[in-house]
Amino acid sequence: MSVEARPAMRAPPHPLREFWSSFSANHGAVAGLATIAILLFVAVFAEVLAPHSPYLTDSTAFLKPPFWQEGGSLAYPLGTDAIGRDILSRLIHGARLSLSIGISVVAISLVLGIALGLVAAFSRGVVDFAIMRLMDIILTLPSLLLALSIVAILGPGLMNAMLAVTVVVLPHYVRITRATVIGELPKDYVTASRTVGARTMRLMFVVVLPNCAAPLIVQASLGVSTAILDAAALGFLGLGAQPPSPEWGTMLADAREFVLRAWWVVTFPGLAILIAVLAFNLLGDGLRDALDPKLKR
Amino acid sequence: MLRFIFTRVSLLIPTFIGITLMVFLLIRLIPGDPIETLAGERGIDPARHAQLRAAYGFDKPVIVQYGLYIGRVLQGDLGKSVITHEPVISEFASLFPATIELGLCAVIFAVGLGLPAGIVAAVRRNSIFDHGIMGVSLAGYSMPIFWWGLLLILLFSVQLGITPVSGRIAVQYFIEPTTGFLLVDTLLSDEKGAFASALSHLALPTIVLGTVPLAVIARMTRSAMLEVLGEDYIRTARAKGLSPLRVISLHALRNALIPVVTVIGLQVGVLFTGAILTETIFSWPGVGKWLIEAINRRDYPVLQGGALLIGTLVMTVNIIVDLLYGLINPRIRHARPGGGGR
Repeated sequence: MSVEARPAMRAPPHPLREFWSSFSANHGAVAGLATIAILLFVAVFAEVLAPHSPYLTDSTAFLKPPFWQEGGSLAYPLGTDAIGRDILSRLIHGARLSLSIGISVVAISLVLGIALGLVAAFSRGVVDFAIMRLMDIILTLPSLLLALSIVAILGPGLMNAMLAVTVVVLPHYVRITRATVIGELPKDYVTASRTVGARTMRLMFVVVLPNCAAPLIVQASLGVSTAILDAAALGFLGLGAQPPSPEWGTMLADAREFVLRAWWVVTFPGLAILIAVLAFNLLGDGLRDALDPKLKR
Repeated sequence: MLRFIFTRVSLLIPTFIGITLMVFLLIRLIPGDPIETLAGERGIDPARHAQLRAAYGFDKPVIVQYGLYIGRVLQGDLGKSVITHEPVISEFASLFPATIELGLCAVIFAVGLGLPAGIVAAVRRNSIFDHGIMGVSLAGYSMPIFWWGLLLILLFSVQLGITPVSGRIAVQYFIEPTTGFLLVDTLLSDEKGAFASALSHLALPTIVLGTVPLAVIARMTRSAMLEVLGEDYIRTARAKGLSPLRVISLHALRNALIPVVTVIGLQVGVLFTGAILTETIFSWPGVGKWLIEAINRRDYPVLQGGALLIGTLVMTVNIIVDLLYGLINPRIRHARPGGGGR
């Protein structure tokens, strides 16, 4: 076959454009992305958007219902809690907490996970065995039980809860990094770089890692939802962020005893958690479909 | 096959040692002196302090302490609760049936709904059923179950008054524990209405605990079925003129079930995480609630022993699932174990 005989081909689309066209075909993923954008906006401008301070108690308005119910008022659109704090304002400030928990947990576990996964994949042998066994042990213990044990020792609080959740989700990143790196290592381009004398560090971070990004991006997006959910569960059990912090799980814990009298104090914080978690899961599913070449038509 | 079993089971040992080491170090990491922690706020005089240190072996090097700890664990001695002074293992044994009963009901609920839902979604791909089922299961998968439980209480217990709010059975019934499973024990007893009471107490916790596994199973069944339905042998079966029901149930489902069974087996850890939350919401007297109470009371031997028992249990179930998977799927059995799998 001669080169000239080849039919004229259109230049392939830019990878980012190609990614966007398959990502935006998934309506759920776009909805997730839009929701996350709104949540981020709310979190950043919480001070401006919230009608009240999240800590301000109003002794004339205990357990006031939302505005559309009898006895509610637009001053407190989603009602007030048992000590007269505005629920909407607390939810808005809670978005800031939950998103920062989700994003920082994922950022730390991503960095640690990539480092450990690369070391395991490149070293093999004893180091690999030790790292992977440790990850297996962490995975064996039910995630919440391990997180609870860590918090029980370190003491309850937002920082310790975040640390505990980081430890619990770390194995996923280590495993994915290791598995994809091991899949890449025998490929020709890696051998070529090795032959021209690339050092291990360069091979790890410059040559191999960029080609392992897709599954890590997907896992990171899904990981934010896990982190938000786990941190909220710890808050709900009284071991995460401590009152009066407007963290959504902690708000639910405070609201539990009023479930019989005031549905709104229970309903809205949980709804906020569900929406945030759902948005990141939708985004993650969309990213996986768009980035996974096996599913591409 | 023997080789496969051996390599899988031999991985248990380092994992078990790792869990014991972690659980052992857990208690060493608590800031402050363990004896003073045990003594609480009353304080303790120095002579008694030294005596207790020796009695608990805290005066020996850490590695010796670990050896002694392993020795006790292998004999089934997991220490005593600081609060009740009961052996941890017997407290665990008395509460565990409640958790198992709840967990089994949740699994039955999840499989019973999730499997058919996933099959329907796959067979009617891109229909309104498919989108509906997948939408609902994604919401289920994202559900903060501690909130879901409160919502169900709000609806079924507060608004409709159908189900009780907490506990395993109404207080007027006293059921002799024969199996530990109240659904069975109430049937064995002569008390009228006891079974109905136990069942109504079980309904909401089952739904709450089963929600996440239900969503996972529905999603997994759908994708496994879609993969199988695209295979050549399905087209052949259809071309032979077999009825759609026969093609789906006999030819497709049997192969699609392999990954689904694995996923169901791997839900044990997820179920346990869920049980901690579910039992707390519904005051269900199982090991999850017991552990949360232990943490709140700083009853560290209970936390330590409970974590070890549950970790070992989940590990064993995972290995069994792994072995079963190898048994039903020869492709796994003959693959190189431990290499590069996700």
